[in-house]
Amino acid sequence: MKTNDLILQTVTKITVFIIFAYSLTLFFAGHNSPGGGFVGGLITSAGIVLLLLAFDLKTITTILPFDFKKVAALGLLFAAGTGIGSFLFGVPFLTHSFGHFDLPIFGETELATAVLFDTGVYLVVVGVTMTIIQTIGEDDD
Amino acid sequence: MSLIHWAILSPFLMAVFVPFFRKYIHKIHTGWFVLLLPIFLFTYFLQFLNETMNGKTVIKTANWIPSIGVNFTAYIDGLGLLFALLITGIGALVVLYSIYYLSKVKESLHTFYVYLLCFMGAMLGVVLSDNIIVLYTFWELTSLSSFLLIGYWYTREKSRYGAQKSMLITVFGGLSMLAGFILLSIMTDTFSIREMIPQVSTLPDHPLFIPAMLLVLLGAFTKSAQFPFHIWLPDAMEAPTPVSAYLHSATMVKAGIYLVARLSPIFAGSSEWFWIISSFGLFTLFWGSFNAVKQTDLKAILAYSTISQLGMIMSLLGIGSAAIHFIDVPDNLYMAAIVAAVFHLINHATFKGSLFMVAGIVDHETGTRDIRKLGGLMSIMPITFTLAVIGTFSMAGIPPFNGFLSKEMFFTAMVNVTTLDIFNMETWGVLFPIIAWVGSVFTFVYSMILVFKTFTGKLQAEKLPKKPHEAPIGILIPPIILASLVIIFGFFANLLVPSIIKPAVASIMPRVVEGKMAAIEIEYWHGWNTELKMTLGVFALGALLFLTLAKWSKLYNVFSKRLTLNNLYDYVLLSIEKTASTLNRFYMTGVIRDYLVVIFSFFILALGSSLVIKDAFAIDLTHVAPIRLYEAVLSLVLVAGVVTILFAKSRLTAIIALGAVGYSVSLFFILFRAPDLALTQLVIETVSVALFLLCFYYLPELKKKEKKLRFKVTNLVISLGVGTIVTLIALSANSNRLFESISSYFIENSYKEAGGKNIVNVILVDFRGFDTLFEITVLGIAALGIFGMIRLRLSRGKGQ
Repeated sequence: MKTNDLILQTVTKITVFIIFAYSLTLFFAGHNSPGGGFVGGLITSAGIVLLLLAFDLKTITTILPFDFKKVAALGLLFAAGTGIGSFLFGVPFLTHSFGHFDLPIFGETELATAVLFDTGVYLVVVGVTMTIIQTIGEDDD
Repeated sequence: MSLIHWAILSPFLMAVFVPFFRKYIHKIHTGWFVLLLPIFLFTYFLQFLNETMNGKTVIKTANWIPSIGVNFTAYIDGLGLLFALLITGIGALVVLYSIYYLSKVKESLHTFYVYLLCFMGAMLGVVLSDNIIVLYTFWELTSLSSFLLIGYWYTREKSRYGAQKSMLITVFGGLSMLAGFILLSIMTDTFSIREMIPQVSTLPDHPLFIPAMLLVLLGAFTKSAQFPFHIWLPDAMEAPTPVSAYLHSATMVKAGIYLVARLSPIFAGSSEWFWIISSFGLFTLFWGSFNAVKQTDLKAILAYSTISQLGMIMSLLGIGSAAIHFIDVPDNLYMAAIVAAVFHLINHATFKGSLFMVAGIVDHETGTRDIRKLGGLMSIMPITFTLAVIGTFSMAGIPPFNGFLSKEMFFTAMVNVTTLDIFNMETWGVLFPIIAWVGSVFTFVYSMILVFKTFTGKLQAEKLPKKPHEAPIGILIPPIILASLVIIFGFFANLLVPSIIKPAVASIMPRVVEGKMAAIEIEYWHGWNTELKMTLGVFALGALLFLTLAKWSKLYNVFSKRLTLNNLYDYVLLSIEKTASTLNRFYMTGVIRDYLVVIFSFFILALGSSLVIKDAFAIDLTHVAPIRLYEAVLSLVLVAGVVTILFAKSRLTAIIALGAVGYSVSLFFILFRAPDLALTQLVIETVSVALFLLCFYYLPELKKKEKKLRFKVTNLVISLGVGTIVTLIALSANSNRLFESISSYFIENSYKEAGGKNIVNVILVDFRGFDTLFEITVLGIAALGIFGMIRLRLSRGKGQ
């Protein structure tokens, strides 16, 4: 019997953006309210997983042509790079700093190097979960 | 590094080059190159006679590990020089002998000479080292090289057995000796024997004195094959005969004697030293000679004979140690025992070396060493026969040879010891000369067996693998030299006294000898006294016993063949192996559940007992927050989930119950106001339940039959135990808060210092970002691991 996933796929197409937006919100809000790189990353992966459920693996690899192992590696590089970057300023490894800047669109905004580190966490979590799910999903034995 | 150091190390250096001689110079027997070294060393060490004769010593230090006082200090005194001359002199003769004994074509000569040279260097190191740690190093090198030499024909089962046995026993002794040395150095705060000797007056009161002595003696006794550690020596006879002649008669087995003599200045004077050494020595003398009589292999007779003679030297050193109590007596009777020990040491090296060579020649020319097959070789091998007569007669203590002199001196010492009025000698002292005499009778008997059963009687040509004939002259030269020394030392014993014996005695008994060197001399004829009568008695009874051997040799069957020390050794070794493997099998079951039982039981016992011992259990309810209704209800849900997991009949129920537990934990996080944790817990729980379901789905068909968990009492007890212990510890820890928490710092500074209001996140990425860095690394590794496990199935690639 040929199944028709039209409702699921349509709902997914809408929902997935809400999920992504939510995950980004969690990620950026992390410094001041609950959330952060870890949860943000997990929810982003949850969104991708929803896509995977609604469509098939092949479609997803075409629309999201990332090697998630590399994503994870990039995340590690980010996190470690943030740490190493503090050497440039002559301070110990992983020393963070923050400041308030007046940006064109956002106005008075707080920028912190900790967010860079959190970006690393985010990327690693997305990379790791997607690698695991994809690997297991592709396995046909 | 002085010249002496190079001399000690030169055999090792030479050993490096031996394989090249073997490889590139085929026509000449490798032994000829090796021979040069001991000859050179012998002449080199002869030069030191001038120094030691005048009572001087030579000390040269080379730094090795100066920071802990371990330096390679070469120390040449009378005793060391005597041994060095024995080692190099007999070493040269043995190398010469081996050139004719070992075939250039059939044997792997380079390994033989490499081992032999290593042994020679190690032995020189033992006798010329002043530092006990260096001495120990060389000591173990002698054990190692001896192991290699015994196992030279490693394709033979018996060689391997003998090598292993000697290794185990001597290394056991060596290690206890190291412990003794360490105790000595703790007592004296130095590793140098010379620096220990001046402190000798305070040592006997030290609590470590006796343990150190016992441990050191264990080393000396195992190396010198004293009862009951003598069992390795007869089995070591599987080595090539030059090795037996060198290691197991003249040098290595005397390392223990050397050690006892070397440490005499430190230990002599205590009654334990006297009793242990003299009684073990005497019993070894008796036991060795008694057992030698029943042997049928020439080398086995010689091995037991060596054991016996070593016991004799040992007992003389023991009795001589009494001399320290008679320092002021002008004619110190016990001093003579030390002289006898040194003299017999030299004599034994000469006659036993030549006898081993003779046995090797007989073996070489007839193809057997079994005295039941030999006989009537006198007219065929006249030179060998002469050599054998000289060696055995000297060993038996028959007049014109040097053995007679040392045997007489031995009896003198034994007779004198009965008059000793210290160490409770009046009680058991009278046994000393009796045992010594009985031992000597047996010595006489086996000496006669050795020479007459081999060379007289009827030739049994049909039993011999080869047609016997006289040996070539080259192989005869070394025993001829040794046998002529036997005669020279027999007639001109006083040649040795000023040059070698006096300096050696002076190093063994430095406190007694001061100014009394002149008193030592060896008389050939010392009057019609008890000793001479004893000797005559030995000859008479020995001859009688030899002639009636066939009648009384059944005596040996009285003792069951199974009740021997060898069987005990085999049995112990076997049962150690068995017990160890049983023990191993008992707890290394290969079942993970059993290991978990062990781990958790240990956890319960260790933590539980420390709770009890430290009286640490406490409940303090003052800081406990009130329990709210939500928490109570949620706890019930959690417990219900847990119980469901335990009693679930199907796996699916368990997985879903686990999910319920996870979600209720996240609800707890919400209740206890941890939003970040709650978020993460929710998502992670979902993911892990999904993974569990995946695993569940893919379970193999065969074992799919759903089974209820089996109930086991052990598991229940252990899980209850773990739960109780953890609960108790948590309660006690909560009740015993010693310090304020540092969380106030984070609360105050999270916005001020890090610009974040979410304290959890600030701690994760800022205050303790280092941990997070590696936690994400862990995640990455997990992902790669899963990727690797699933993608890289090597067996699939091979088409299996």
